[in-house]
Amino acid sequence: MSTQPDTLPDIQAERVDAQPVEMLLNMGPQHPSTHGVFRMVLWVDGEKIVDVEPHIGYLHRGSEKLCEGEQYHQIVTLFDRMDYIGNFNNELAYCMAVEKLMGLEVPDRAEYLRVILCELNRVASHLLYVGTMGLDAGAMTPVMFSFRGRERVQALFEAVSGARMMHNYFRIGGLKEDVPDNFVELMNELMPILREDVEQSDRILTFNEIFLSRLKDVSPITADEAIAFGLTGPMLRACGYEYDVRKAQPYSVYDRFDFEVPVGLDGDCWDRHWVRVQEMYQSLRIVEQAMEQLPDGPVASPLGRRLIRPPAGEAYVRAENPRGEIGVYLVSDGTDKPYRLKVRPPSFCNLSALRRLLADTWLADSVVVLGSLDIVLGEVDR
Amino acid sequence: MLESLKGMMLTLASTVTGLRRPVTQQYPKQATPVKPRFMGFPALTWDGEISEPYCTGCMVCIRNCPTQCMSASMMDNPKHADGDSSRRKIVDYFEINLNRCILCGICVEYCNFDAIVMSHEHEMSTYARNGDRVDLPALLEIGKKYQDATDWIPPTVLAKQKADAAKAAAGEPAEASDN
Repeated sequence: MSTQPDTLPDIQAERVDAQPVEMLLNMGPQHPSTHGVFRMVLWVDGEKIVDVEPHIGYLHRGSEKLCEGEQYHQIVTLFDRMDYIGNFNNELAYCMAVEKLMGLEVPDRAEYLRVILCELNRVASHLLYVGTMGLDAGAMTPVMFSFRGRERVQALFEAVSGARMMHNYFRIGGLKEDVPDNFVELMNELMPILREDVEQSDRILTFNEIFLSRLKDVSPITADEAIAFGLTGPMLRACGYEYDVRKAQPYSVYDRFDFEVPVGLDGDCWDRHWVRVQEMYQSLRIVEQAMEQLPDGPVASPLGRRLIRPPAGEAYVRAENPRGEIGVYLVSDGTDKPYRLKVRPPSFCNLSALRRLLADTWLADSVVVLGSLDIVLGEVDR
Repeated sequence: MLESLKGMMLTLASTVTGLRRPVTQQYPKQATPVKPRFMGFPALTWDGEISEPYCTGCMVCIRNCPTQCMSASMMDNPKHADGDSSRRKIVDYFEINLNRCILCGICVEYCNFDAIVMSHEHEMSTYARNGDRVDLPALLEIGKKYQDATDWIPPTVLAKQKADAAKAAAGEPAEASDN
């Protein structure tokens, strides 16, 4: 059965008079391998990690509280800045929450464009992951290949939304404006090159012998434990448990596409890497299908620029982000600002398993394990 | 061993093609082109026909700004009294703190007078702490630069042209300008 996280010794109580052989090692928040400003305090016995205490909050901006002071259409900008690698996916989750509360129908074309942009964003996010995972494992070349592909996706985002990262493009009930007239040509140009980029960054790293020996069988976790910790996304699928919100509870128009959910075997670092790489291919498949089916019609919200006042009530939506399942819980009191907005950030929940994952691993593997979690600190700290 | 060699072959092949056709740009020395929709810092537009700003200082952008980075005030338009302009009010004072601006483009979306645009300006670092607080003349300057560079047509005019073109394509006569 699953190991509960609190079976590990309590750090505060027991480490005060720790054995002299144990060393306290501070890592971060400015350490480049913590993917942002994450800090962890490691207790090491020689090269073995005995225990770890994560410190989050360095990038805390109070996004959830800020949401209470902004009008509904302004909150999209705050969601851009939460998971700043998967911006479109975040915007989608928020917009879906408000749409659910208001009972809004989104035009078909807007739904398809949302799916296309979200899946491209997933590819861009995973490409960044592949590059940084290579860096964490000591390979400098893959990041050059994966960033090239990511750059191409971002160039498309700039052409569509006007910004490479903080798009503010999804609106409650639709999109800000229709895609540019040459969107189909841009996509036709991008897709073969992007597929090649994904294949190259896969070929250069995934089955490399050094990379394999570095990642295989490092900090495995079983599906039972993963569920007990609340892991979602590639972290959970790597354990062999097939769970994807896009399949389990299809939102938007995901039920109209044919795609598979890649599943790992052992739940170790390499499986997490492999699942993400395979997900990129599936995302490309979805984008290709969506481009074929892309209907004509309006994309804008029927509300226009009217002030958005959802009826009093609450709504919870979940969606599949590149890092896992994002949940947005929205409480409205009928005014133009939300009463409360709570986000279930996937990387925060995934990070909760860090103590279990790092227990009894080598110090040199700590960076790899943290890299395989693929956290975004903007979302962890919010 | 084989997979590592495959990876090295990929690197080698990319090196050869990369020498022929590099993908990197020497950024500060070489200007990076931006896409037509690129959202740089906001700027105010200039009505060349009457030679006055489009902005009437109605403050709708300020009310919708998520970061409150702008401030403005309006005055009676002297050109309206002379009969030159149809704008009864005109912007008197306008300031944007570009350090606070998050380039979301909400102000442009909510402007009723085509008065504010997201320019293509994005390299505006200054040495002074408040050096990025730009006033009305500076904003109009950036706006004029953007208008000249992109042959800017007011979005409402553009939307009307499009609607008329669509109607003409559908076989209906273009309506007069009262909607």
